[in-house]
Amino acid sequence: MPTKIEKDAVSGRDTTGHEWDGIKELNTPLPKWWIYTFYATIVFALVWVVLYPALPIRGATGVTGWTARGAIVDEMVERANQQAPMLNALRGATPQQIVADADLRNFALAGGRVAFANNCAGCHGAGGQGAPGGFPSLADDDWIWGGKLDQIRDTIRHGVRNTEDEAARATMMPRFLADGLLKPAQVNDVAEHVLGLSGRATDPAAAGRGAALFAENCASCHGERGLGNREMGAPNLADQVWLYGGDKAAVVHSIAYARAGVMPSWSTRLDPAVVNMLAVYVHALGGGEAE
Amino acid sequence: MPEGGHAARLAAVSGSWRQESYVDGPIRAMAVATLFWGIVGFLVGVVVASQLAFPLLNLDLEWTTFGRLRPVHTSAVIFAFGGNALLCTSLYVVQRTCRARLFGGEEMGWFLFWGYQFFIVMAALGYVLGVTQGKEYAEPEWYVDLWLTVVWVSYLVAFGGTILRREEPHIYVANWFFLAFIITVAMLHIGNNIALPLSLGHVKSYGAASGVQDAMIQWWYGHNAVGFFLTAGFLGIMYYFIPKQADRPVYSYRLSIIHFWSLIFLYIWAGPHHLHYTALPDWAQTLGMVFSVMLWMPSWGGMINGLMTLSGAWDKLRTDPGLRFSVAAVGFYAMATFEGPVMSIKAVNALSHYTDWTIGHVHSGALGWNGFITFGALYWLVPRLWGKTELYSKKLAEWHFWIATLGIVLYITAMWVSGIMQGLMWRSYDELGFLQYSFVETVAAMHPYYVIRMLGGVLYLSGALLMAYNLWRTVRDVPQTQPLVTPVFPAASPAE
Repeated sequence: MPTKIEKDAVSGRDTTGHEWDGIKELNTPLPKWWIYTFYATIVFALVWVVLYPALPIRGATGVTGWTARGAIVDEMVERANQQAPMLNALRGATPQQIVADADLRNFALAGGRVAFANNCAGCHGAGGQGAPGGFPSLADDDWIWGGKLDQIRDTIRHGVRNTEDEAARATMMPRFLADGLLKPAQVNDVAEHVLGLSGRATDPAAAGRGAALFAENCASCHGERGLGNREMGAPNLADQVWLYGGDKAAVVHSIAYARAGVMPSWSTRLDPAVVNMLAVYVHALGGGEAE
Repeated sequence: MPEGGHAARLAAVSGSWRQESYVDGPIRAMAVATLFWGIVGFLVGVVVASQLAFPLLNLDLEWTTFGRLRPVHTSAVIFAFGGNALLCTSLYVVQRTCRARLFGGEEMGWFLFWGYQFFIVMAALGYVLGVTQGKEYAEPEWYVDLWLTVVWVSYLVAFGGTILRREEPHIYVANWFFLAFIITVAMLHIGNNIALPLSLGHVKSYGAASGVQDAMIQWWYGHNAVGFFLTAGFLGIMYYFIPKQADRPVYSYRLSIIHFWSLIFLYIWAGPHHLHYTALPDWAQTLGMVFSVMLWMPSWGGMINGLMTLSGAWDKLRTDPGLRFSVAAVGFYAMATFEGPVMSIKAVNALSHYTDWTIGHVHSGALGWNGFITFGALYWLVPRLWGKTELYSKKLAEWHFWIATLGIVLYITAMWVSGIMQGLMWRSYDELGFLQYSFVETVAAMHPYYVIRMLGGVLYLSGALLMAYNLWRTVRDVPQTQPLVTPVFPAASPAE
């Protein structure tokens, strides 16, 4: 029941005659551009549902035949075809052969960089610089399990002390205090001796007592002069590179409780070609050793 | 007023009905709650934005990690800030534009106020303690959902009841939008939260649907929470406060009808665009996309009515900072409702999905549209609710406007750049066919933009603090000129 239709002085339009709490409305027609754009979107929608799947019926597609699954499979096949020749060659080659062939090496370094960033960088750092807490640097020449191409590949393939791969590198350091092999005072003495190997002993008397204990308990793996043994994964103790920290408290803890760091087996997760690329890439990070 | 309306007929036999006044006490409380929760929500937003830029700020405590604080932020701004703004304005508007006292009276108003605040606190407590359904914007567990259902149905009864006893022949357009918002949110809330608790003594429940059906229901809910809570409901705010602030008639009645019905019809089908390129069947994705594209003009109908209502009153923008907020809000609304359909197009979505572009889009809507339209309404409403005609300081409100606008610009431009960069990095291949960037490289590249976004949030929060101070001083220090109790039928109005 419009009661008081008025003419709005500003726009010259009539009001609808309604009023609520002082608010009135003009009877302006729909803007032309608005209604035609609205129609255009409806036409677009109608065309689209003809071209693309729009019916809830299994297997029904639009006239283009496009499906999301089809499109992704096409793209993946295209990518796979592009890389297939190189990947096949990489799968069948030894790391030495890859390094010797300029194209293969180039491809392996590019792919290894991506694979490293997605799989390894989380622990070893984006540049392979390592991280405190048992994640060794892969960019230096201080290798624990060996820095030759084959050794690096074996470590990647099988990992370290994991439970998923029987071929994982498995040797373990005893927990000398926890397992009752050494007494607390003896652990202290060995630690002083170990610090002394890199010239940092604080207590010469203790270090002297530790030398005998070291020879008896540690030298079989770490070597008489503490230079390490890559067969056993026993790190070099005479340099300044420390996996778990090189201050006395950290060394005491390592002797007393051991560390037993773990790395996953990657042969169970990655294509052999990718493992090869990773080996070549890690070898090239800075510390790779010649054959 | 119609002859022979209920009130008029009753008044003929008894004078008492005419003594009725509007229920404003709970509305004042809701205005305060809007401010309070707004600041809480913006503050937590700044905290989570800082955590993304500087992960150390997660503090390594389970209660303060990003995963738990993020829903505190989203719920605080959408449901606590936005919800109180909607309760506050809708109950104010429905009484005035219907010329009827709130159905259920003071008691109903206070129940809605306390009931809703209790919902907010229970929900937030759950998030911090790790109790969640894990559904975006529907995180509260079953016991909170049940309580909200009680409160929400009461809201519908109060709002609908007030409309039914209106003394105006027609229902004002703001009330169409408010009613559509209340009814649809009830339907969405119940539909998306059907779940069976492990036991009545256990906080955990399992939803009725699973897999892709669950995802579809979730985004039917999630998209329409945006469509009906943040769009339709806030259009209701716009349709009352802009004509009031501009003191001009609504531009086009016909446009309001067409865009209202087309908006609510089309919006409800657009949810699948949140699930492009997922296990959702292609046909549903196609429909979600085309309904989103068709939504463009219905959304813009609201923009036209908001902006064109100012014709003849544009000069007021210079003098009324509240109106400036409302109009800028409509501008952001127009931008976000254009960007939305664009992002729903699958080729665009392939780039934008899962990136910060989405976050930027949401915030141009939330900060620009929902925030600004609420600030505009509060600057107009708070003085009047407390019987005053003036703000304490227009200058402060102007500062608020420019600080907050700068904050939004920093926020959304940072997210556009970051999001598009992120999307492009994810899909770029080198010449040998390898993906060029690892995920962590994209994260590192986004860091500067995360810092800029955080600064934008700090500015927005600072503006809101200025507003809180300004409104507090308004309530405390500006002389009162009107009584706090407003009669539904002022004595001066001629009886028919």
